Amino acid sequence: MPEATSVTPDGLSREDARNAAREYRSRRWRAFLFVVPLLAFIGFSFVAPIASMLYRGVYNPTVASLVPETLEKLPSWQGEERPSDEILSTFALDLKRLANDRTSGQLAEEVNRALPGSSSVIKSSARKLRRVDDSELANNGAAILIDANAKWAEPEIWQALKKTGQVYTAGYYLTALDLENDPDGGIQRRETQIYVKLYGKTLRMALIITILTVILGYPLAYFMANSSSGTANLLMVFVLLPFWTSLLVRTTAWIALLQTNGVVNSTLLALGLTDAPLEMLYTQFSTIIAMTHILLPFMILPLYSVMRGIDPSYMRAAMSMGSPPIPAFLRIYLPMSLPGLSAGALLVFIISVGYYITPALVGGTDGQMISNIIAFHMQQSNNWELAAALGSLLLFLILALYWLYDRFVGAGNIKLG
Amino acid sequence: MVNVMAKNMDAHKQQAGKSQPFLVFDNVKKTYDQKNLVVKGFDMQVEEGEFITLLGPSGSGKTTVLMMLAGFESVTSGDIAIKGQSINRIAPYRRNIGMVFQNYALFPHMTVAENLAYPLSVRKVAKAEIDSRVVASLKLVELDGFGGRYPGQLSGGQRQRVALARSMIFEPTLILMDEPLGALDKKLREQMQYEISRLHEQLGVTVIYVTHDQSEALSMSNRIAVFNDGVVQQCAPPAELYERPSNAFVAEFIGENNFIDGHVQSISGDQAKVVTPGGETVVAMAGQGLTENSGCRVSVRPEKLFIHPTSHDHDNEVTAAFITRIYVGDFIRYYFRLANGSEIIVKVLNDLSAPEFSEGQDGRLMWLTSDCIAFPV
Repeated sequence: MPEATSVTPDGLSREDARNAAREYRSRRWRAFLFVVPLLAFIGFSFVAPIASMLYRGVYNPTVASLVPETLEKLPSWQGEERPSDEILSTFALDLKRLANDRTSGQLAEEVNRALPGSSSVIKSSARKLRRVDDSELANNGAAILIDANAKWAEPEIWQALKKTGQVYTAGYYLTALDLENDPDGGIQRRETQIYVKLYGKTLRMALIITILTVILGYPLAYFMANSSSGTANLLMVFVLLPFWTSLLVRTTAWIALLQTNGVVNSTLLALGLTDAPLEMLYTQFSTIIAMTHILLPFMILPLYSVMRGIDPSYMRAAMSMGSPPIPAFLRIYLPMSLPGLSAGALLVFIISVGYYITPALVGGTDGQMISNIIAFHMQQSNNWELAAALGSLLLFLILALYWLYDRFVGAGNIKLG
Repeated sequence: MVNVMAKNMDAHKQQAGKSQPFLVFDNVKKTYDQKNLVVKGFDMQVEEGEFITLLGPSGSGKTTVLMMLAGFESVTSGDIAIKGQSINRIAPYRRNIGMVFQNYALFPHMTVAENLAYPLSVRKVAKAEIDSRVVASLKLVELDGFGGRYPGQLSGGQRQRVALARSMIFEPTLILMDEPLGALDKKLREQMQYEISRLHEQLGVTVIYVTHDQSEALSMSNRIAVFNDGVVQQCAPPAELYERPSNAFVAEFIGENNFIDGHVQSISGDQAKVVTPGGETVVAMAGQGLTENSGCRVSVRPEKLFIHPTSHDHDNEVTAAFITRIYVGDFIRYYFRLANGSEIIVKVLNDLSAPEFSEGQDGRLMWLTSDCIAFPV
């Protein structure tokens, strides 16, 4: 409302302008108060966790806080041969303190991720150093350390320590992309390719699920949009029925159907279509079929609401102008239903890329998706930093896909109702 | 009118190449629910180049007739033929019938030019010819230079023009219009009525027009078929429909009308002597099916009634009590009550002769025999 504050030639006196501005401000303030609870909730439950996840993916203070004095001196080390005696002695003192604080295990775990096998080296050395006098360690720490384990004379374990000692590191993101730092400071591919392949599989499965929901959902939505409201409402209940059933119940129902002695296999066997039961559960197949079932309403609802708004006269007009039904559908109806189709496809795709519970229950090893690995790193391997990096990459991936979509289809085309 | 119909029927029977009517509906019936007929035996013959309006209240079956003609609804029984060829079993997209819809049905994701080009591209017309015909068509509806716009960027009247142009660009044998002006405001509607009439005359195309708005029908049509309850009540040119309605429904539906209940005393020739509730005797034209010694309703239009004293000729006269008068501008509407309580409206030109009454005062209303018709009850 710029005209409220500036005096127009034929209008507002200063007092009028002031009153109008005050009214405008109070209206803005009232509007703001309405959304404050939501903003606070989103900030607390959504923005903050994601920000901390992004941060966690690069921030790793554990080692730095465990052996601060060693890390202070390590930068002077060139990295080719074993570090100087002074550094070794300092580390020996640090390690003894950790041993007495019973935190040497944490150090061992962290360093072991960078250099497998170093966990036992650190733990056994720590045990031996626990009883050595401080002054002796200060004078002759290097020899005692090498005496405790010969690995301390080699540069590899020190390189690993230096790497894990960085408070800010891109290492987890590199790992999440199946890359690693080579000793020269460059970036190289890791020997085992896990995560990129898994991302690829996740995207492929999400794509298949999206296509399946389109194939199943589009004709149904079309039928519903063009039938009487009574029929449409009845069908809508059937569409929404899965929404009102617990996700867990629906997924376990698929277990009952698909397992080796399940309904599908016994039917196939009884009909003589197969001789031996098919392995359907704990495969990609079962994950895709169960997720298609669960995500179908997300496709149908936006499609239906958009199709409901398309007057039948458009198709009639096209036919009256001489177009047979199928070309008329492709040229007229399909483009008009595109906003619903793209909204549904985007919803289903994004939800299925990050889906966890269904692949976890019916996916087995074959049907695992990226979110299952993220959960694994959070719950079992206790590598939260890697989980955060994988999760952040997933977020970036979805944002990139959205950007691509916006670029080629236009986000303004999305219509949910 | 009856003669014309009879002639057409003969021509139809002869099936003689050129003289047969352009479009024939032969006892067309339609039911949606397998129980009730929505259209009950519709017969009509349309000559090439005619502008025919199907007029009727909503639910009277007029749109159903149009949809059957366009091919979007099947014909339950009977036959629709164009140039002697039945189109009952021809798919809508092969009928070559242009259509204008109430909501225009312009494709929102195509520009105006693309909308106009659509029926041509479907017919695989060469690109250069499409372009020149689109330009000519835009010129025809006075929308030169609007080809690059999307329908959403046009006003209601402009969209209507595009819809008209699109229904005509592929030179259809017939154009159907389903309440095309329903969504426009009054002023624009009148403008578009003129526009449609102009295009019809200029192109000489046959038009079947559906509306529930009688002023639209009266001002544009060659003939009007008045629908009620699935049956055509009367099919006649506008003036005949207005001046000589064939039954009470048409008399009441077309224009404004007064009905005076009465009793038929005698019929001589085409005139009937009717006794009104007030005991006065009036002479009216005898409607079809009127019999002596039975009840009747005498219809007389408000503008044909005059209030005493008047210089106009008159044959009939009744006395009625003044209720009120309403100032409309160019007219003043007087409301009177007859002896049996029914109301009568008189339209008087707003000039110096417009009389003054006080409430309850008796006035004498007079009119000509040729301006009133007695219909059987």
